[in-house]
Amino acid sequence: MTSGVGDPAEAVAISPAADPGFLQRHGGTIEYILIPGAALAAALGVFGIFVALFGKSPLDLYFYMYQGAFGTWFSWQNTLTRAAPLILTALCTALPAQLGMVIIGGEGALLIGALAATSAALLMQSAPPFVVQLAMACAGMAGGGLWIMLSGGLRQYRGVNETISSLLLVYIALAILNHLVEGAMRDPASLNKPSTREIGAANMIGSIPGTDVHWGLVFGVIAAVASYILIYHTVFGFAARVAGGNIRAARIVGLGVGKLILTICFLAGASAGLAGMVEVAAVQGRTNANLAAGYGFTGILVAFLARQNPLAIIPVAILLGGISASGGLLQRRLGLPDASVQVLQGIIFVAVLASDALYGRIGFLKGKA
Amino acid sequence: MDFGRISRRHLLQGSAALTLGTALGTRSAFAADTTIGFIYVGSRDDYGYNQAHAQGAAALKKMPGLKVVEEEKVPETDAVEKTMESMINLDGATLLFPTSFGYYNPHMIKMANKFPKLRFEHCGGLWTDKDPKNAGSYFGYIDEAQYISGIVAGYSTKSGKLGFVAAKPIPQVLRNINAFTLGARLANPKVTTQAIFTGDWSMPVKEAEATNSLIDQGVDVLTCHVDGPKTMVENAARRGAMVCGYHVNQAPLAPKAYLTGAEWNWEALYPKFVKMLAAGESIPNFYRGGLKEEIVKVSPYGEAVSAEARKHADDIKAQLTAGTYTIFKGPIMDNKGKTVIAAGTDRGQKDPELEKMDYLVEGVIGATS
Repeated sequence: MTSGVGDPAEAVAISPAADPGFLQRHGGTIEYILIPGAALAAALGVFGIFVALFGKSPLDLYFYMYQGAFGTWFSWQNTLTRAAPLILTALCTALPAQLGMVIIGGEGALLIGALAATSAALLMQSAPPFVVQLAMACAGMAGGGLWIMLSGGLRQYRGVNETISSLLLVYIALAILNHLVEGAMRDPASLNKPSTREIGAANMIGSIPGTDVHWGLVFGVIAAVASYILIYHTVFGFAARVAGGNIRAARIVGLGVGKLILTICFLAGASAGLAGMVEVAAVQGRTNANLAAGYGFTGILVAFLARQNPLAIIPVAILLGGISASGGLLQRRLGLPDASVQVLQGIIFVAVLASDALYGRIGFLKGKA
Repeated sequence: MDFGRISRRHLLQGSAALTLGTALGTRSAFAADTTIGFIYVGSRDDYGYNQAHAQGAAALKKMPGLKVVEEEKVPETDAVEKTMESMINLDGATLLFPTSFGYYNPHMIKMANKFPKLRFEHCGGLWTDKDPKNAGSYFGYIDEAQYISGIVAGYSTKSGKLGFVAAKPIPQVLRNINAFTLGARLANPKVTTQAIFTGDWSMPVKEAEATNSLIDQGVDVLTCHVDGPKTMVENAARRGAMVCGYHVNQAPLAPKAYLTGAEWNWEALYPKFVKMLAAGESIPNFYRGGLKEEIVKVSPYGEAVSAEARKHADDIKAQLTAGTYTIFKGPIMDNKGKTVIAAGTDRGQKDPELEKMDYLVEGVIGATS
């Protein structure tokens, strides 16, 4: 099902590449667009069959998905709002992946970042809003950054598997959040929904002018582009990729692997922590259990679908934001249960992972060899 | 904003309501063919909180001229704002029921301000004068039904030990535990209720563990206050214990073990709301009630309930329905020996002090923190 060969999308995509020299130069790049695109098309096809088995028309399905995700200006805003936190939490997985580390604890960094940002705002209520917002962002990034750095440190100095430790740290973060929100930081007026005090309407960062989409989207795009430059166009990034390729070789050539791991983990956690800060400062206005909405976990999916490429994270996050935005319309118009959106996400994930096997195996793109 | 997506009918309704609204204060848009949106935080067939609301929505579907759109598993983040907007923009909904507690502030308030001509009705929130006039909150004094369950449980237990699987030690939950225990001690003054808090609204594994551990300690009648009582009911019935239900009637899950239960009666309230709007009346912004107002009800008694228990329970139910009975009537001691309601003090169902409840009454084994 994941074979891209013979897919109509492929024929369109390769048509401008009649010149063999072009293929030699850009075959790799085309592969990176073509194969995930075909995997996505295949996944949508399979999902269409799945929906047809329930007696619903796949054509209606595609129409409502398009309408709900991208069909109107409102739908676009809906999609982008949902994509915003995903870009930042995906970076929490994609950055350490450059070092060969699998960090899946973005949710924990998001929660700690949100707590730190809320604390900063509550401690400096008298300061001007801009200063409070800046302090919230710094606190959120520092909190999230240190949280994932903990996982990196455990791996580097204690040999603890970073995947397990980062996942377990999510539950510790959630427990800390619940403990503080229901105890020391609780607003006594929040009777049936334990929450911290509000950060105040003046300190909210609001939406991008002319839209309903909050600034988290802009922060996410900036963070993704900066990460891309850092990884692919700086000496630091080169060192990280060398260490990711072969950690022994990196040590032999004298790279400070420990420092690399801690720095990258800090940056990764800082992204997720910033997502937490944005959730507080743009959406919730305070910290409570609502923040544990799973953005950190969806971020893992985004990072893997983007093959850990920071730039590719942007379109993939928008795509998943669109799928979740259209999920509501599928429930309302087609009567599909919410779980059907998860089925689609699962099919896409499997299709994209399986399509990994195709890289370097498509004959006409091999000219570069 | 994309107003192009709003249908002409919707606009006409809106402007009609505006005219009415200016003449008569706040009046919602309402016409015979109205679309009503329901939003659930969990799955709508959870045998619990969400199913109770879905049953209310189903009652509306049977009324002529109404279209009901539903969306389940919507998190308490900006996702619910987008769901509301999507129902308004794409489906033309003019009356919305976001049913989860965490949807109220800031999400529903934000949408009510953004769409001042539409009506928003929230379950459980505390509407105050500062909130928009087109928003409202409704809730039921379900502790009255829990009190009746308690009486039945008090007669039915052989060990004298009752169990309560609870989510969080917040006022609403504590009030239910206390009412259940006071009811049980009315039947049998020696009865104790062991309460276990799982820490969150939907924790099936912990709920099952709590159920088993209560039964291991000799508890033979259980009830709960979590979002989905299914886990507790099925596990307790399997272990041979008896149960009192919560939210909806769980008798189909455990026909023999089910004694009675405290249920929401949204299928009576929602059609009442719609009829009020259709008649040109406005729904009070702050709407509360118990057995008398038909917002809550008691499940039909199971086979195992003795004639004596039925008689006593029916008698108290009749008094509550007539509005002549007070559950929280002093003197009441908490389980640490402190007098929480002095002798001679009656705290009736609408007493605001009860909304701040932070204690467990004498006879409850457990702690609020």
